[in-house]
Amino acid sequence: MTGLFSEVFLSALLFGAVTAAVPLLLAGLGEQMSEKAGVLNIGIEGMMLAGAYLGFVGAFYSGSLWLGFLTGAAGGVAVALVMALLCVRIGLNQIVIGIALTLGLEGLTALLHHFQFSRSYPRLPAPNPTVIPTLVDIPVIGPAFFKHHLIVYLAVALVFAMGYLYRRTQLGLNLQAAGDKPAALDVAGIDVIRTRTIAVLSTGALAGLGGAYLANVGAGLFIPFITNGAGFLGIVLAMLARGRPVWVLFGALLFGVCLSLTTAMQVAGINIPTDVIQMLPFLAVMIMLVLFGRRASLPAALGIPYERGAR
Amino acid sequence: MSIDTAPTAGATALDATSSVGTRRDVLRRLLMTLGPILVALVIAGCILLAVGVDPLAYYGYVLEKGLFSPLGIQQTLTRMAPLLFLAAGLIVAFRAGMWNLGGDGQFLLGAVTAAASAPMFVEVMPAWLALFCAFVVATLVAMVWSLVPALLRAYQGVNEIITTLMMTFLGTSLANVLVKLLFRDPGTTVPQTRTLPVEDRLPRLFDTTITSGLLFGLAAIIIVHLVMTRTAFGLRLRVVGANPRAAVHAGLGVPGLTIAVFAISAGLAGLAGAVDIIGVQGNVRADWNPAYGLAVIPAVFLARMNGFAAIGFVFLLSVLSIGGESAARRLGVPNHFTLVLVSIVLIVLALAEYVDHRYNQSRKA
Repeated sequence: MTGLFSEVFLSALLFGAVTAAVPLLLAGLGEQMSEKAGVLNIGIEGMMLAGAYLGFVGAFYSGSLWLGFLTGAAGGVAVALVMALLCVRIGLNQIVIGIALTLGLEGLTALLHHFQFSRSYPRLPAPNPTVIPTLVDIPVIGPAFFKHHLIVYLAVALVFAMGYLYRRTQLGLNLQAAGDKPAALDVAGIDVIRTRTIAVLSTGALAGLGGAYLANVGAGLFIPFITNGAGFLGIVLAMLARGRPVWVLFGALLFGVCLSLTTAMQVAGINIPTDVIQMLPFLAVMIMLVLFGRRASLPAALGIPYERGAR
Repeated sequence: MSIDTAPTAGATALDATSSVGTRRDVLRRLLMTLGPILVALVIAGCILLAVGVDPLAYYGYVLEKGLFSPLGIQQTLTRMAPLLFLAAGLIVAFRAGMWNLGGDGQFLLGAVTAAASAPMFVEVMPAWLALFCAFVVATLVAMVWSLVPALLRAYQGVNEIITTLMMTFLGTSLANVLVKLLFRDPGTTVPQTRTLPVEDRLPRLFDTTITSGLLFGLAAIIIVHLVMTRTAFGLRLRVVGANPRAAVHAGLGVPGLTIAVFAISAGLAGLAGAVDIIGVQGNVRADWNPAYGLAVIPAVFLARMNGFAAIGFVFLLSVLSIGGESAARRLGVPNHFTLVLVSIVLIVLALAEYVDHRYNQSRKA
């Protein structure tokens, strides 16, 4: 048992956990914003895939990881635009459109990948980490948490920015009103449709960014169905977090540790099917729900399209 | 209030039953379904053109394989069997305002249970009884699997979208674990369950390759439709879906009904898995997950949770998936294009329904 629980192993495990958690964190934060504004965004898996594909294409052809993140976010926004148009503006069923968008993007990105990259499977070079001085010297924790790409620190900062947004700003208040009592927001003279559109588009940008991180930093390449349910995990995280961005962070880290453990076990050659470990985070959450599940405080108007003057 | 999306579902559920289908109405419905599908085919055709594939050849192959060739239509009808059971299960849940998005997990567990138990039962009892027992066990396992989300929703008010989604992730992994560790066929190198001999599977219909599971599926969805629209039990469920608070005031035992809804819905999803295994596949390979549920959910919505309309949409899905697989193979396009096609069809159909609805409203006003 020398190699397994050594310092190097532990810090590699935690490093992997953070890398796996970032896409979930971004997706969860995005979904949380949509849900606060009253839109159940099931298309988030599709938005992540669009972000992963376009993010990879952008980074691959330009050679710049940052440009890749930008194109990835743009890809997510493009899908979100369709969702906003269909589900917010004309009020089609959010579950139908969300699932349809996810299916469509799964197919489309796999198709484009087939024609573009399926013969060469190009990879991106490993990203340059931003090392935080002094902190990185802490044993185990240092190399695990303070040697990541700059975008990781920005994603964590975003958690607190979101907290500030919801608590202290007019826009944050509007978003939550759009989800809880849209008619009241309308009476106050603020456009519900516009508020919800902002939320859905932001979700798209965050999910797209998460997808781009997954492809460019996490894997270094794009493969079809690369998100593998990360968007749905984001939905679960957003709902479990009950409106608090910090809880999304904790949840994402929990799932990240389990995902990283799966890879680590494979590397260590331990003979348990990876499926067993993949079940752990869900089991943990289900047990938590069974023990502490109280009435979840979801926005009252979640999933209901707003139509002015309708009763 | 903790119940989020229920009111919209209830509204459509009650609408759908009150609309009396006159002949003109049926004709318009048909037009409003076929028209959008044509539009969707044109849009998807543009994507095919963009990647350098002749859309007419593609659609030709889809129709030839999925609809017109004798072998193809038999495959299409066979594919319908599990989808019909899944759709039936979703109709019960959605009409009662409960978002059971865990169909895939329930489906896989039902499939694995059936695959593991059928070869064992066959050895000790007559084939028909063995299959019956396998069906029962698969249904029970799927029902038990849905118990946690059901209890959490019924007594704690925990949103079932999260819990069923999580249970579906868990179920998919658990199904794999069962195949790899517990029910693995020692005689094969690839992890899979023991294969049920072809002669012990569900009989085929007459001289065709169509599984008799199709008849069970049709029966299931029609029975579900009639129970939901014509019986007191169905009415109770629809009231729960339309307004859970009113249901409490009307003296309905909402927690009990919630658990019943989850049990029926999951049981039907488990049956879907069993019918696919016992009727068609014969065994479950590790990591097998056709993810039928994801495509059936929007189809059931578009059918407005009406059983007969759902049969039509399931048929359409089956034609597209069987025909699409073949066309993709012949033209060297990856099969993923079928997903794109299904997605565009769903979106355009949803849009058409909206346009139709607005047109009706403006005519009334």
